[in-house]
Amino acid sequence: MSTTKSIAGQRPAPAAESSGENLLEVTGLEKHFPIRQGIVFQRQVGAVRAVDGLDFAVRAGESLGLVGESGCGKSTTGRLVTRLLEPTAGKVVFDGEDITHKPVVKMREARQNLQMIFQDPYSSLNPRHTVGTIVETPMRLNGINPPQGHKRRAQELLEIVGLNPEHYNRYPNEFSGGQRQRIGVARALALKPKLIVADEPVSALDVSIQAQVVNLLQDLQREMGIAFLFIAHDLAVVRHFSERVAVMYLGKIVEVGDRTAIYERPRHPYTHALLSSVPEVVPGSENRERIRLAGDVPSPINPPSGCRFRTRCWKAQDKCATEEPPLVRLEGNGDGHLTACHFPEEPTIASRGEDIVLDPALAALEEARRQSDTGV
Amino acid sequence: MALEISPQSADGSTPSSFLDVRDLRVHFPTEDGLVKSVDGVSFTLEKGKTLGIVGESGSGKSVTSLALLGLHKNSRARVSGEVWLDGQELVNLSEGEMRSLRGSKVSMIFQDPLSALHPFYSVGSQIAEAYLVHHKVSKKEARERSVEMLKRVGIPQPERRYRDYPHQFSGGMRQRAMIAMSLVCDPELLIADEPTTALDVTVQAQILDLIRDLQEEFGSAVIIITHDLGVVAEISDDILVMYGGRRVEYGTVQDVLEHQEHPYTWGLMQSMPHLSGDVTQRLNPIKGSPPSLINLPGGCAFNPRCEFRDRVPGDRCLTERPELLPVLGSDKHIAACHLDADGKAEIRGTADKAVK
Ligand SMILES: Nc1ncnc2c1ncn2[C@@H]1O[C@H](COP(=O)(O)OP(=O)(O)OP(=O)(O)O)[C@@H](O)[C@H]1O
Ligand SMILES: Nc1ncnc2c1ncn2[C@@H]1O[C@H](COP(=O)(O)OP(=O)(O)OP(=O)(O)O)[C@@H](O)[C@H]1O
Ligand code: SF4
Ligand SMILES: [Mg+2]
Ligand SMILES: [Mg+2]
Repeated sequence: MSTTKSIAGQRPAPAAESSGENLLEVTGLEKHFPIRQGIVFQRQVGAVRAVDGLDFAVRAGESLGLVGESGCGKSTTGRLVTRLLEPTAGKVVFDGEDITHKPVVKMREARQNLQMIFQDPYSSLNPRHTVGTIVETPMRLNGINPPQGHKRRAQELLEIVGLNPEHYNRYPNEFSGGQRQRIGVARALALKPKLIVADEPVSALDVSIQAQVVNLLQDLQREMGIAFLFIAHDLAVVRHFSERVAVMYLGKIVEVGDRTAIYERPRHPYTHALLSSVPEVVPGSENRERIRLAGDVPSPINPPSGCRFRTRCWKAQDKCATEEPPLVRLEGNGDGHLTACHFPEEPTIASRGEDIVLDPALAALEEARRQSDTGV
Repeated sequence: MALEISPQSADGSTPSSFLDVRDLRVHFPTEDGLVKSVDGVSFTLEKGKTLGIVGESGSGKSVTSLALLGLHKNSRARVSGEVWLDGQELVNLSEGEMRSLRGSKVSMIFQDPLSALHPFYSVGSQIAEAYLVHHKVSKKEARERSVEMLKRVGIPQPERRYRDYPHQFSGGMRQRAMIAMSLVCDPELLIADEPTTALDVTVQAQILDLIRDLQEEFGSAVIIITHDLGVVAEISDDILVMYGGRRVEYGTVQDVLEHQEHPYTWGLMQSMPHLSGDVTQRLNPIKGSPPSLINLPGGCAFNPRCEFRDRVPGDRCLTERPELLPVLGSDKHIAACHLDADGKAEIRGTADKAVK
């Protein structure tokens, strides 16, 4: 296997380099949260490197999925892109305009085109406001006066998201989780955005309700041409919703590519481990490879040197500790399929001769079983 | 009221299974009315086997598991039915008798280990204490047992980590500690309520495999409660599908996942996105929302959300509660739906296409 890079030496370009129509372009994005100590004179003693150098792009009308485990920096990325957080370094270009340090008060216009949907449909809606007020507020704040009036427009939006327009005067607590999430979607749609950053929009919902919301978002993407940065930890949901997917680990993108590349021809060992961990109901999934990592994700305060995955990686060698692997197109990867690994895996998720079991407790139990099986 | 025929109905016979739950009911009187959280649930489980209980939020899964542990005893809940564990009936045990079983013969893993672990005591000492309560051993022996258990569940440097407090453990390690605590007395029945819901997927995979491997070694019976059909498919032998506090389908994993007999189970399968297969196929959600447990819909409780009720002649789905009937050609597969075999086969055909 070769690790020859097609763009050797140069700084890796954003994932969607081939398209001229990038709606969102993110380069070298970083967010380090300072850790302070001391009561009177607070001294910075370190930093949480939540997002540590991201390059990616979202094209107009497409959905880019962002997956990875808890704490890898997905939400921080979403909040940096929507300017809810100030980046430590890097650049965010939205719709041709550099908004990296744009003051929030001047964000009005960009904000119309760039909306966010949150995970928790319970806490993200003000319980004292009626559904109508919630949906209308963004229009009023942004000085938008639709020809049919605010109320009619809000009712139209409620209808688009599958709620009864007569619910206009009701309060959020009268709705179920899925319905509340629809209210959040209606609010995001009020300004006809070009991009919606959806942070775990269905994670808190039961599977059948989750499917309703996924279908709704899919219709919006297809019919209204809205682009999505779709953040989720559920790999099956992301596969269903996003044409392209970026896999994050400890503040970095380790692999990005189209759906087929990531789910059928992954190269990064972490992508392999992630896919192999998803429990599946469909018959035939027994033929998938089995990889069981050891322990949890390390802390982003002191991320491992070189490749951040190396402490849990079965392929790691000395080079992985000293040299950070660039996110590049490996030989054999398709267009736009970039991987950050010195010793990538074969592009298949099929079962291998032997499982990779790195968890010491599992390995010991399974070894004991093998011995007793052969011993008898 | 329609009668409910089931292979293990409460007929007073001596149970032959290790765990035999018969017509379990847990009702809560509230200001709004009687909440029938669990309403006539029966199942059996042998040692060394795993039962997965699935259903949407509020379907009565956790209330069922708390009833098995006798944890409704000091509440306003009205519990009836029988729970036979190894020949002993538990519903009518006193709280004191139940307490001596809890943590020894029966134990539990909770979704949120922080709520089960005391923040002021070290993890190791809590596991040792759980052992001391049920065994006449010295403190030193209990401590050794605790360290041994921490090691078994894969806590690195168990002697050192013994003294750590719960907040010093990561989420995955806390769940391991919880498993160590629940296994310290070699329980014969282990109940795990959403044991991996709060965990990352790579850690979830470790924990599920750990439960499975340890079960194989200890030979205990395991009940795993979850809303994730994938988790159940991965580690269960049998599946019980609950809807509105009742059973709608019950059988082996193959029975239920490959030959679903109830529209609710079909609906669950078709709502789920997968890691492989056609992505252009839209998900097919179950419409509507969960039923009220105070006023469950008449007839089949699922009827307001069921796409197929019109195929059943004479409005029976609205008026007559479907019995749990055995599925032809299977040992223990039962389902409660009025559709006839042909109708089910036809619907399953279209459902299968959607999944694949
Ligand atoms: N305001 C903050 N101050 C300090 N640290 C923070 C702050 N916000 C986030 N972090 C840390 O940054 C890291 C990334 O957090 P983030 O919320 O982006 O992760 P995530 O990928 O969204 O995780 P999850 O799946 O749990 O939502 C975590 O270690 C988190 O603890
Ligand atoms: N003490 C109580 N008083 C009244 N109602 C209760 C009580 N405990 C539970 N319930 C109700 O019983 C029903 C079943 O609850 P249960 O916790 O068993 O659901 P579940 O299937 O475990 O759901 P989830 O997936 O959300 O955990 C719910 O509607 C709940 O509101
Ligand atoms: S009994 Fe009728 S309503 Fe209930 S699941 Fe079967 S077909 Fe649907
Ligand atoms: Mg997050
Ligand atoms: Mg529960």
